[in-house]
Amino acid sequence: MTASLRARWLLVASAVMLGLALLFPLWRISLIAPQYPEGLGMHIWAHTVAGIGPNDLQNINGLNHYIGMKVIVPDSIPELRIMPPGIVAMCVLGLLIAWRGSRRLLQLWVVALVLAALVGLADFYWWEYDYGHNLDLEHAPIKVPGMTYQPPLIGSKKLLNFTATSWPATGGVLAIVAVMAAVGAALITVRESRPVNTQASNDGNARADASLRKATV
Amino acid sequence: MSLSHRTGWFVATATVAATLAYGFACAPASRSTGAIGAGDAASKVYVAPGSHDEFYAFLSGGFNGQVGVYGLPSGRLLKIIPVFSQFAENGYGYSEETKPMLETTFGNIPWDDLHHTALSQTNGEDDGRWLFVNANNTPRVARVDLTTFETSEILQIPNSGGNHGSPFITSNSEYVLASTRFSLPIPQADVPIADYAKKFKGTISFVKANEPGKMDVAFQLLVPGYNYDLARAGKGPSKDWVFFTSYNSEQAYEKLEVNASKADKDFIAAINFRTLEACVKNGKAETWPADYMHNVMDDFSRMAQVERKQSVKVLTPTSCPDAIYFLPTPKSPHGADVDPTGEYIVAGGKLATVIPVHSFTKLQQAIKDKAFETTIDGIPVLKYEAILAGEVKDPGLGPLHTEFDGKGYAYTSLFISSEIVKWKLGTWEIVDRVPTYYSIGHLMIPGGATTKPAGKYVVALNKITKDRYLPTGPELTQSAQLYDISGDKMKLLLDFPTTGEPHYGNAIEAAKIEKQQKKFFTLAENRHPQVTKAEREAGVSRNGKVVHVRMAAIRSHFAPDNIEGVQVGDTVLFHVTNLEQDWDIPHGFAIQGATTSELLIMPGETRTLRWVPKAIGVYPMYCTDFCSALHQEMSGYVRVSPVGSSVPLSANTIKAQGQVARAAARGVTLPTPPGGVAPAPAPASAGHAHAPSPR
Ligand SMILES: [Cu+2]
Repeated sequence: MTASLRARWLLVASAVMLGLALLFPLWRISLIAPQYPEGLGMHIWAHTVAGIGPNDLQNINGLNHYIGMKVIVPDSIPELRIMPPGIVAMCVLGLLIAWRGSRRLLQLWVVALVLAALVGLADFYWWEYDYGHNLDLEHAPIKVPGMTYQPPLIGSKKLLNFTATSWPATGGVLAIVAVMAAVGAALITVRESRPVNTQASNDGNARADASLRKATV
Repeated sequence: MSLSHRTGWFVATATVAATLAYGFACAPASRSTGAIGAGDAASKVYVAPGSHDEFYAFLSGGFNGQVGVYGLPSGRLLKIIPVFSQFAENGYGYSEETKPMLETTFGNIPWDDLHHTALSQTNGEDDGRWLFVNANNTPRVARVDLTTFETSEILQIPNSGGNHGSPFITSNSEYVLASTRFSLPIPQADVPIADYAKKFKGTISFVKANEPGKMDVAFQLLVPGYNYDLARAGKGPSKDWVFFTSYNSEQAYEKLEVNASKADKDFIAAINFRTLEACVKNGKAETWPADYMHNVMDDFSRMAQVERKQSVKVLTPTSCPDAIYFLPTPKSPHGADVDPTGEYIVAGGKLATVIPVHSFTKLQQAIKDKAFETTIDGIPVLKYEAILAGEVKDPGLGPLHTEFDGKGYAYTSLFISSEIVKWKLGTWEIVDRVPTYYSIGHLMIPGGATTKPAGKYVVALNKITKDRYLPTGPELTQSAQLYDISGDKMKLLLDFPTTGEPHYGNAIEAAKIEKQQKKFFTLAENRHPQVTKAEREAGVSRNGKVVHVRMAAIRSHFAPDNIEGVQVGDTVLFHVTNLEQDWDIPHGFAIQGATTSELLIMPGETRTLRWVPKAIGVYPMYCTDFCSALHQEMSGYVRVSPVGSSVPLSANTIKAQGQVARAAARGVTLPTPPGGVAPAPAPASAGHAHAPSPR
């Protein structure tokens, strides 16, 4: 069955936003302390981790050595090598599916996307957990009993003298909107596939429109 | 300025003040907090915690050889910039990299007398790039880079005896001007001092200043053997001209106090430097042998290089006619100050009873009309009446120096009567006067030497403080005073103590300088031959009796932190690189018994301390700048063995590299260790094999 034009365009939008997300940092972790009024921060891109200021990453690593945290070496994180081709593949697949219009493939693509997003977030959380908990206490000059240094996934948290704030950056917002658009597209196709819906595509579009509104309210 | 014999002048002041009654100069009987209530003044100089001052003020340090940087209006001391003096606080003049800055043809000189400042200008306005300062005693001119607030270049001035009239700047920073205070036999010679009039000459030097690292004496003009004092370049219509005061046209050489004060008028030398340039270009200058040095701090190696120069181009007034004229000016003039329009040249005659003001327009006309009184050594002396715009009558005693507010008013300092007078350009009438505490020399208005003064404050730079502060024995603090000049009446707002003698100064809107500050030196661009760009590059090596220690400093350790195998009498060179790439994280380095000073190493920079251990033992070394919570732990030892000992030269570099080693253990190659950069190719001069590091 062919998906409605509305669903297919939503799919195009989703795939394009997903592609665009590669061009911007996905996540931003900023650190503020009394001695760092101007702040330090990291941008997490699909392909790398970079300091917001020119030497922020080095300075964060330098500070992290006090608590025995691992050195953040972007090249050593395999996910950063997998993610960009994965996103490009999803993007191309999404556009192909939109062109062909297969309702079934569209739904499959959306499920895959949502799963990938969830896995991505979980993986990100796991890395944060690992950096924050897996400390080299033997070589750490500062040991605070019971203290761990996992930055929040979203929101703010006090870590010793630093307030760490984590938030989606431009790329992350694009990705989230892309996932929402994809889910919207899938929902439309789900409505369309109900037996009542045998009308012409224009009509179907209007109905899908209405159902989309209902679904998202 | 030349009135630096404070005691002598104070006696003179007291005598004059006691014998002459000046109805208009009635100094207040009691100590004053100024003409306005203290509360009002306090609110005008209050800069709240965390807020920044409106102006940077650069006050010369006089005999301390440094520049004090203050915020205005608060008067808070922000920094001391060492220029001509060694500065143990940061190792300037002690570290191997900065020692060459103080090199002269007389040897390494650890002190000088720094009198005047000049900010670089573009189109007659302060541009905030550089500050130039002079060394009075061993004639030199220095450039301070205002992105780092560090001395970046020092040029010795040949054929000069006492570089007092310096460094004044032309309106596009083409030249920094320097005149000789004491005339000399030029070139130097063994002649009787009684031959002064016959054999002694003065020089006026035009120092090319607009290219960093390339200061040079472009040419010198040989002038009669007088004493030359202050100078100002013209601006606007007079921008091709420079004006120098001179005194001792009597050419006295003994008891100058009396004998150099006899003539009714001395001169301002008015010089067209474009004409001089043309004469040099047309081959009118002679090349004379000369011996002087040019010291430049390299931006990337952060090491000073010395170049010895052997000749200088010299012009004489007869070889280059129409370039220099003498303007007769009453009684030992001190300041020659050009107003913001470039039309008026104001002279402060130390012993004059009027402030004469010359007109640039009339000067041009007088030259055209050949209104000359006489000619001295080929220099036409113009008729006083032909060039005079007007005289400020009864200004007070000892007018020295004038600055301008850009609103048509001039402010003149009066040394003997200790006051500032405000007068109107054009009408020459005095509109206000205010006492200073005490014995003001120069005064300064932010931008007062430019075409666009920020006429909000005037700062009095005083010679004597007496009862103004808590006393500190025979030597009291030095002092400056801040006056509000935004209204009709000058109002004293603040006294603030200063280091050295605040001789002259400049101030500039903070916005022109604040934004361009360098936060650290980029480690990747560090081209010091003994740089350690990452901890794993640290190590020790021996070359005969010389031991090189390449050491990294990063919060909160040195790598290496233990060194063994040094022998008594070795010359140990600690090349310490600060690996930090963060603002305001310098590290220090000191070792017991070193006969120099500490090092203070800015982020990304390498500095070298020379140490010659004299006895066996184990010597601690440590970081002197409180850099982190574990600053006290940032230390180590050097073991010194007897000469010929079999203890191998070693350094525990690996132990100190825990971070790197752990990363390596995890199978991670560190492209950028904390604060570090990728391994650099071995520096060209690292010819010595590094001792193997113990695993
Ligand atoms: Cu330190």
